[in-house]
Amino acid sequence: MTDVKELIQGKIKTFGNNRTALMPILQAIVEDKNHLDEEDMIEVADALDISTADVYGTATFYTFLDTIPRGKYVIRVCKTISCHMAGKDEIFDTLKDVLKIKEGETTPDKKFTLLIANCMGWCHKGPVMLVNDDIYTELTKEKVIDIINEYQEK
Amino acid sequence: MDAKKLNKVDLIFDQEGCNALEVLDKALECTPDDIINDMIDSGLKGRGGAGFPTGLKWKFTRAEDDPVKYVICNADEGEPGTFKDREILDKVPAKVFTGMAIAAHAIGAKKGFIYVRAEYRFMRKTLQKQVDEFNQILKDKGHDFHIELRWGSGAYVCGEESALFESMEGKRGEPRNKPPYPTKNGYLNKPTVINNVETLVYATMIFRMGPSEFNKLGTADSCGSKVFSVSGDTNNPGIYELEMGLHVNDFVDEFGDGDTKAVQIGGAAGFCVPRKNFNNLVIGFEGIPTGGSMMLFNSTRSMYNVLHDYLEFFTEESCGNCTPCRVGCQQLLKGIEAVKSGGKSPSYLDDLKSLAKTMRTSSKCGLGQSVANPFISIIDNFKEEIIY
Repeated sequence: MTDVKELIQGKIKTFGNNRTALMPILQAIVEDKNHLDEEDMIEVADALDISTADVYGTATFYTFLDTIPRGKYVIRVCKTISCHMAGKDEIFDTLKDVLKIKEGETTPDKKFTLLIANCMGWCHKGPVMLVNDDIYTELTKEKVIDIINEYQEK
Repeated sequence: MDAKKLNKVDLIFDQEGCNALEVLDKALECTPDDIINDMIDSGLKGRGGAGFPTGLKWKFTRAEDDPVKYVICNADEGEPGTFKDREILDKVPAKVFTGMAIAAHAIGAKKGFIYVRAEYRFMRKTLQKQVDEFNQILKDKGHDFHIELRWGSGAYVCGEESALFESMEGKRGEPRNKPPYPTKNGYLNKPTVINNVETLVYATMIFRMGPSEFNKLGTADSCGSKVFSVSGDTNNPGIYELEMGLHVNDFVDEFGDGDTKAVQIGGAAGFCVPRKNFNNLVIGFEGIPTGGSMMLFNSTRSMYNVLHDYLEFFTEESCGNCTPCRVGCQQLLKGIEAVKSGGKSPSYLDDLKSLAKTMRTSSKCGLGQSVANPFISIIDNFKEEIIY
């Protein structure tokens, strides 16, 4: 994990010291530590000289800017129509079984968080899921178990 | 009706016939007015779904007297059933960048942005490298235009142009009131051309082939070709570029599994066409417009489940800023659940339809306005499936 202040200053160098830098900064913090906490948001508000409420307002609008602690690997299973028709229920049930958690929960070892998300743009290859930034398509029960095993070993 | 037979074309993904950089050289030698006239003559309409004439958009932005203008490529593709923009950025990025540079030359912009949805972040490294290389080429040619990447964070509504600007400005992705339109007050309130990924590639192709060649494709209202994302109950899901203006019937003949009962054209925000209308509807601006999403349903599918999925989607993705959309989406969802479970009588569907119509006229942006499209077209055509 990088120091949040350093992270913010690095992004300000690239994107400038104004509000247009807010999204890149918040995205970088989430990428680094998988969520934004209150202290982070206060730091960001200070650095950009805007109100903390504005930072909080922006952060909580976006589903990928998590404001509660998440696991190292955030799994998002697509639930929208094409993936639904292709069998996302079985995929989601398999994940719940393997990880022994419910929707929105994180495993006790803080390794995995299981979420459901809307359309991810792979409707021709459903069911699909994202693990952090990586996409897995045309999932089957067996494939999901293999993928989780791989991440378990990382 | 003036309709076309199904005709596969290869403009967007064609690599050999189009060297994007040669096209760029040619375009940069033209005057801005010539470029804009060519775009208007080509008849190209925006390929994101709304279908505003691209040439006019460029013309209006050029007419604004402001030293700072922007070109933005909208790659926040989020409509359920659409996945073409990812493929285009993946396969032919130089054509997208070239389209942006042509637009920039036409309107007098020095800076461009590509706003890509968070779900496509796996492309980040490759795309950044390609953008850097293109920027270097522009610099070497002495052309004062620079492209930067921006990323979304998982909000469907940010595909709406003014919500996208808000997001880039570091705010909640809530759409603005219109007018003023982006051509006058766009990103940072500066005149902005914002085009879909596919539209920008067609701009490049129009310069390659000439506006009249492009214009020969398609129909009077729907010129050229279009990339379709085909999913659902089909043996051939994927991305296909087809000449515009074909009948739904011809589409189903090609892609259906022999048992197609309905096609959802234009994604969750689009229209549901039942089998009985396949013959008399054209896919295009004179019939049913689409951003490219084509979902096929066969007779094993419950249209109640389909509609329920769409309404859940809209309820979650509504930004919550305006009341008709925030409350309307929830009530439509609760309403069909109540009718299905018998808590409300079937005639309640008429009340829900009138609520959907109110949302169409009173919602602030396209999200709330278009919920009525799937709602009314599914209720009208599959009422028995909603009730029983």
